[in-house]
Amino acid sequence: MVTFTLNGKELEVKEGTTLLEVARDEGINIPTLCYHEEMSSYGACRLCLVEVIKRGWPSIQPACLYPAQNGIEVNTDTERVRKSRKILLELYLARSPDSQAIIDLAKEYGVRDTRFKLKESERSDCILCGLCVRACAEISKRHAISFAHRGSKRAIQTPFEELADVCVGCQACAFVCPTGVIKIEEAD
Amino acid sequence: MEQEITTRVTPISAPSEMTAMREQCKDALDRRKTTFRVCAGTACIAGGSLDVYEELKNQIKQRGIDVDVELLFEGGETEAGASKSGCHGFCQMGPLVRIEPQGTFYNKVKVDDVPNIISATLEDQGVVEELLFENQDGSRAATEKEVPFYAGQKRIVLGGCGTINPEDIRNYFAVDGYQALAKCLQDMTPEDVVEEMKKSGLRGRGGGGFPAGRKWESAAKATGRPKYIICNADEGDPGAFMDRSLIEGNPQSVIEGMIISAYGVGAKYGVVYVRAEYPLAVTRLFLALDQAREYGLLGENIMGSGFDFDIEVFQGAGAFVCGESSALRASIEGLPGEPTAKYDHATDKGLWEKPTVLNNVETFANVPIIINQGADWYASMGTENSKGTKVFSLVGNIVNTGLIEVEMGTTLRKIIFDIGGGIPDGKPFKAVQTGGPSGGCLPADKLDMPVDFDQLKEVGSMMGSGGMIVMDEGACVVNVAKYFIEFCNDESCGKCISCRDGSAALLNILERICEGEGREEDLETMEDLCHCIDDASMCGLGTSLPNPVLSTLHYFRDEYLAHIKDKNCPAKVCKPLFTYEVITDNCKKCGLCFRNCPSDAVIWKKKEVAEIIQDKCVKCGICKEVCKFDAVE
Ligand SMILES: Cc1cc2nc3c(=O)[nH]c(=O)nc-3n(C[C@H](O)[C@H](O)[C@H](O)COP(=O)(O)O)c2cc1C
Ligand code: SF4
Ligand code: SF4
Ligand code: SF4
Ligand code: SF4
Ligand code: FES
Ligand code: FES
Repeated sequence: MVTFTLNGKELEVKEGTTLLEVARDEGINIPTLCYHEEMSSYGACRLCLVEVIKRGWPSIQPACLYPAQNGIEVNTDTERVRKSRKILLELYLARSPDSQAIIDLAKEYGVRDTRFKLKESERSDCILCGLCVRACAEISKRHAISFAHRGSKRAIQTPFEELADVCVGCQACAFVCPTGVIKIEEAD
Repeated sequence: MEQEITTRVTPISAPSEMTAMREQCKDALDRRKTTFRVCAGTACIAGGSLDVYEELKNQIKQRGIDVDVELLFEGGETEAGASKSGCHGFCQMGPLVRIEPQGTFYNKVKVDDVPNIISATLEDQGVVEELLFENQDGSRAATEKEVPFYAGQKRIVLGGCGTINPEDIRNYFAVDGYQALAKCLQDMTPEDVVEEMKKSGLRGRGGGGFPAGRKWESAAKATGRPKYIICNADEGDPGAFMDRSLIEGNPQSVIEGMIISAYGVGAKYGVVYVRAEYPLAVTRLFLALDQAREYGLLGENIMGSGFDFDIEVFQGAGAFVCGESSALRASIEGLPGEPTAKYDHATDKGLWEKPTVLNNVETFANVPIIINQGADWYASMGTENSKGTKVFSLVGNIVNTGLIEVEMGTTLRKIIFDIGGGIPDGKPFKAVQTGGPSGGCLPADKLDMPVDFDQLKEVGSMMGSGGMIVMDEGACVVNVAKYFIEFCNDESCGKCISCRDGSAALLNILERICEGEGREEDLETMEDLCHCIDDASMCGLGTSLPNPVLSTLHYFRDEYLAHIKDKNCPAKVCKPLFTYEVITDNCKKCGLCFRNCPSDAVIWKKKEVAEIIQDKCVKCGICKEVCKFDAVE
């Protein structure tokens, strides 16, 4: 067991529990886009960031990955967290300006507009959260979806562009996709 | 060559035998009265140095002189020998040839120069004057020591690069090679070794600057088995070649460092993660590992001590981000070369979840030196918290480009103006980018700053792996920042939105500013975004990529404002933001600009002042360059 404080409250949890799991148990709201409790954490959306003070040293950490540790002090809603989270949401609006899911989430955190602009080729309703990749691999055990390329060219390679015979059409990927970009079409 | 060595090898069966081995190899070297040492680093080879080497051998032979290219263990003296070396660091002057023991230092040597060199050396006891380095005042430097580029350096880690044959382990033995390992195995416990490293104050040379001794100590204490030693030779920074040169020039020093580290922490296996794009380094590394194995310095029962350790080579596909520790491990494990969040220390759970020491090439190359000369000696060099020396690759608008090594705490001014020879054509210095693509850009008023890990960090830059790009007044800092952000955007693994889309958004703003579409609020927007990228990104690539933007915004804000408010690029780089005009008072009506303009944009008639038609001008700057009267601005 480890003991630490979360938003001022002292807690004792099992070793290895992530800050996000603890926060959810405590009813504290932390936004996430790439997390699903049935799957491993990946840490791509960066929205779950919280402030962690360890040995007097503050840093920003992703709650979905960061394990609770003895003596740390965690705050989920500091000025620094709010500021970075808002900018991330601005980046999401720049990336997926037409996604209702993104527009709604941004609005929830007071972000209605974005100062950033991405090129046409850099925009997409797919936010590269990797949930579909993990759903296919971890739940359906098919490994039909993967990431390809680096940097702004990164994209999801789905079996739907070129029907992969490993895809069993279980729709797990479409089910977990936070922006609903995955549409399953029946092949003839 | 490998074969010749095989026939003569007697493996070392006790550490105490290393002394005799050194003496034997020294004698073999000394039996040769003259050595023509030809640089066989990547750059000199590209310049034709291997042809010079062959020609030297042929011509010495033709003259009936007893020539040897191998170290001779038996027999009498030989008149002359030809031998290769690794990079001397002064590649722009290559191909380089040094005559030993005199030390005569020839540069830009061509095959045609070989007869002169041989006659001068072997017959006339003289030198070929015109092949000596020419100082800026026209005088000639006879030896490397007299060349300002070398005079200001402290070449300790690079000591063997350019002086020994990297393809023959016996040449390394002759210069105290593997004495440090023998000392460790004979006189030191693993704890002593770790203690010595801690005392030396050596910090990692790959970027982070973490104390090597502390890393080793954690791995030594870890209970997992087996343990691994990894040498990071990924070196993805554009323009950086310190690790490549070290492996090409003195691979055994890196290997010896790894073996000592393995002894200190109790590791059984080692991996060198090297860029596949470094073919010569890879070849020499394999050769060096084979030779070390043949001498019983790698494998089972090293030097008969009962200690086992061996090294494999892993050739990385060369993505910049694969140099990051967690991505590097993933890549060795056959997973995508992407950083992952690890909250366990690699010294507990690293490669294959086992205790792992990951250090940089240069870090390992420091190790034998520290063991041989002692931690106290080592710690006497450098600054309070940065000990020893650092290798830098000095490039950009600078007279002497190359690979240099200086004591930690040397000022930027000394590096750039004494060693580097200053800015070509006497132009003013503008900035220096340290720390590679995600380092910071420092202005002239930081020139007197002593360079070490902490100082660089304090002024918004970093040591990185030691890249130094010097810029003169012709560089536009907005454009420079744009270039580096573009690199980071390309090289981002793409996982974190902050790093991937954050860099793309930064690039978009910088491009707009360079095109004259900048807005005043862009500066604050970029600062906000930079802080978010730093806070929110998973690995060092993301957290440090804002440095070029933040440092230029801090030190060169006026230049951004000139672009945005005055629609002017003072350095005349961003084409939409400047024009070339003829200064009528200076124009001597010579017509040179008219004749050289590639775009017919100059109107000129005999005895008339020239005029530039802006609509036709493509802003190539040729008119300004050719005008002898400073009449184009
Ligand atoms: C994006 C990125 C690229 C890196 N590339 C290298 C590299 O090419 N070589 C290297 O030694 N370290 C590199 N590092 C640093 C390594 O993660 C690690 O800190 C280092 O190899 C540890 O060795 P050291 O302590 O001897 O420096 C890189 C780090 C990041 C974030
Ligand atoms: S397709 Fe959907 S689930 Fe898959 S990475 Fe994109 S946004 Fe995430
Ligand atoms: S910071 Fe950049 S390079 Fe590092 S893991 Fe995130 S996206 Fe990849
Ligand atoms: S080159 Fe210079 S001096 Fe000659 S005509 Fe052109 S502007 Fe005038
Ligand atoms: S900048 Fe180039 S194109 Fe323009 S006037 Fe001068 S030489 Fe001609
Ligand atoms: S939920 Fe933690 S990074 Fe996405
Ligand atoms: S390769 Fe010869 S000096 Fe660098």
